[in-house]
Amino acid sequence: MALRNILGKRFGVGLAGRRPLSTATCDVESGNAKAINLYSAINQALLIALETDPRAFVFGEDVSFGGVFRCTTGLADRFGKARVFNTPLCEQGIVGFGIGLAAMGNRAIAEIQFADYIYPAFDQIVNEASKFRYRSGNQFNCGGLTIRAPYGAVGHGGHYHSQSPEAFFCHVPGIKVVIPRSPRQAKGLLLSCIRDPNPVVFFEPKWLYRLAVEEVPEHDYMLPLSEAEVIRQGSDITLVGWGAQLSIMEQACIEAERDGIFCELIDLKTLIPWDKETVEASVRKTGRVLISHEAPVTGGFGAEISASIVERCFLRLEAPVARVCGLDTPFPLVFEPFYMPTKNKILDAIKATVNY
Amino acid sequence: MAFCSKNSRNIIKNLKSKAGLSRLIKQSSDSRYGSCLNKTNPCRIIPLTTLPQLGNPDSYSHKKGLSFCFQRLQSTTSEQQFASLPNGEQNQELDFPGGKVVFSPEMRFLSESPCVYNQCYRVLDDNGQLICNSNFVEVSEEIAVKMYSSMATLQILDTIFYEAQRQGRISFYLTTIGEEAINIASAAALTSDDIVFPQYREPGVLLWRGFTLQEFANQCFGNKADYGKGRQMPIHYGSNKHNYFTVSSTIATQIPHAVGAAYSLKMDKKDACAVTYFGDGGTSEGDFHAALNFAAVTESPVIFICRNNGWAISTPTSDQFRSDGIAVRGQAYGVRSIRVDGNDALAMYSAVHAAREMAINEHRPILIEAVTYRIGHHSTSDDSTKYRPADEIEWWRMARDPVTRFRNWIETNGWWGSEAESQLRSSIRNQLLQAIQIAERAEKPPVNDLFTDVYDNIPSNLREQEKLLRETMNRHPEDYPADVPF
Repeated sequence: MALRNILGKRFGVGLAGRRPLSTATCDVESGNAKAINLYSAINQALLIALETDPRAFVFGEDVSFGGVFRCTTGLADRFGKARVFNTPLCEQGIVGFGIGLAAMGNRAIAEIQFADYIYPAFDQIVNEASKFRYRSGNQFNCGGLTIRAPYGAVGHGGHYHSQSPEAFFCHVPGIKVVIPRSPRQAKGLLLSCIRDPNPVVFFEPKWLYRLAVEEVPEHDYMLPLSEAEVIRQGSDITLVGWGAQLSIMEQACIEAERDGIFCELIDLKTLIPWDKETVEASVRKTGRVLISHEAPVTGGFGAEISASIVERCFLRLEAPVARVCGLDTPFPLVFEPFYMPTKNKILDAIKATVNY
Repeated sequence: MAFCSKNSRNIIKNLKSKAGLSRLIKQSSDSRYGSCLNKTNPCRIIPLTTLPQLGNPDSYSHKKGLSFCFQRLQSTTSEQQFASLPNGEQNQELDFPGGKVVFSPEMRFLSESPCVYNQCYRVLDDNGQLICNSNFVEVSEEIAVKMYSSMATLQILDTIFYEAQRQGRISFYLTTIGEEAINIASAAALTSDDIVFPQYREPGVLLWRGFTLQEFANQCFGNKADYGKGRQMPIHYGSNKHNYFTVSSTIATQIPHAVGAAYSLKMDKKDACAVTYFGDGGTSEGDFHAALNFAAVTESPVIFICRNNGWAISTPTSDQFRSDGIAVRGQAYGVRSIRVDGNDALAMYSAVHAAREMAINEHRPILIEAVTYRIGHHSTSDDSTKYRPADEIEWWRMARDPVTRFRNWIETNGWWGSEAESQLRSSIRNQLLQAIQIAERAEKPPVNDLFTDVYDNIPSNLREQEKLLRETMNRHPEDYPADVPF
């Protein structure tokens, strides 16, 4: 159901079945739900965060008027400019300031305007935020810090509005990396990230901000971190992905089924610490695995998943682990359709793996 | 020349391209700004689209940038206004989104350096005698004696720990020699509620707040009692009960943290500020600039204290920046600042005291540049005679020592004497030697502490890694240090 309403040429319609969440911390189904898009879902999560915790703050470039993607619409008006405010144009400052704010026990929700611009803050994230608790012997922590950034292909973004930098952050012990696939997931995961006592980097698939529409409960709910979700059951091959790529993978699954190949599709949701157990259990069932992400294939997070699965499931594997990912180039403009891991690339790889 | 906000940059670009600003400015002054509507005058750059219905003043929006245009086009009145100004003083205020600026027809660049160096505040002369007509914050005998004792303690602590590293008993150390006044006097002017974000050459602040000699030793030896659980190199102290955030080796990263913390204090309406320290080298890092700018914009009660000690390891300040030190940069960010003689404990105390009041009561950041000299080497991994003359170091140690200088002052006041001095020094020395012995003999933290605190709870991947590690430890115990308990 989650991916059914995603519109646009790239995406198909319909998802055969949906396995209910096995360990939802809150009953997502209860209460009123309205069909809203991703940026509205994010907006709701932020509103709830600000409402339920007087020590929550939202800040970043242009957040005051609503943000370049409208995720922070109405928040400054409702909660005041002391709690929802623009910062100077300086990512290292945004994150450094956020660490200090979080270190004093506040929930610092920092926005980086595009994931492509997160790198000036990399030092603060890697050398400071991720080590803050450890290096102090747990005397201090900046767990209240959540960094949100739109990531991923958007059709015309080119080098600097399309990047998927998650792999850089997955190599940093001490932070969590979370990526939602849809509006309902985004709201629940973002609230969990905000309330999690560890610093979190939350990448939002910008492609889906307006295009993905889903029934999202209006109440306050959270979805668990570090728990992967099997969103489509199958017996022939396990597919692992996150974010916007899942809807492409789902299309491939639907077409593969017409050829008698039944794919199990897993949304990782949290990339670190990731849920090895769920993926492993699936691979033990299917004996085959394919990972797909937009980020360049070399050193992408798919490599970590692949290495882990081979270590743990070597004798069960019927075929090499397949990766269908972006190319090892800067993200191109005109060549975007060639760069991207498309449904057909995935379908070809599914068949090759199954027929290995 | 009319400047409408949205197109100001375009206008300036256009003007520049027309062979010099002055010609155009001159032109416009000749024409008394009436020429703006003259199509042949290059001055008229304003696209008509930004000035809807030029002919009808009443249709103008009240946006700041357009208000001047409106004024000017009420032709006779404005022309008369300008006509009444004496020649060459065609100064007018212009409203830009960036602020009101005073217009001038004279092209004048701001100099890259001041005519005189930014003055340096001091109240005690080099011999520790009060300078006439100085203003400073009074310090009681009790506080002054505590300050001096702490400065002397810091000196002895540094000497003994430095030696311990030389003897191979601890792996690393760095001293604060020459900067005792900055450390202690600033700490004395703060309260224990003020949140400190140190670089690494400020253990004196922690000492003042009550961190014991034993606690210092425990961290340097990384033993079980180290609050940091043995994870970091020596001198990376941190203590939440003393509101002193844990030192990290990275330069200047703490500066923006202090701004966020100060913002929190402001929001909580606390009678407290955040204070952060860094060296002259640290002011070159991006985090310094980011932090000052954020502090000004967010109006946060934070005190930035720069220990300008002349050296960033081997790099002298002439290779570090070309500004007149650090305090002058404050104004560029909208931050009130002062340069202080960092070796004058009384001046430091006064400046920090005043800064704290302004920071908290006015919700503003303050920048203090404390000029001093790093008498010691950068660290035990450095021999500074390789890049500076040994007699220069000696001169500062003998003639410009901040500890001696303050001692002179308190002795002049009759608050201290040579007996107190020798008693203090021998007592501290004995306590330190004992603390080191105890710290050295103590057990290290258990291996389990390798895996805790990465996150609030231990995730499954770390549990698994610990399990595998323990198997390896059992198979090959000889690979592992004997003093770390399994």
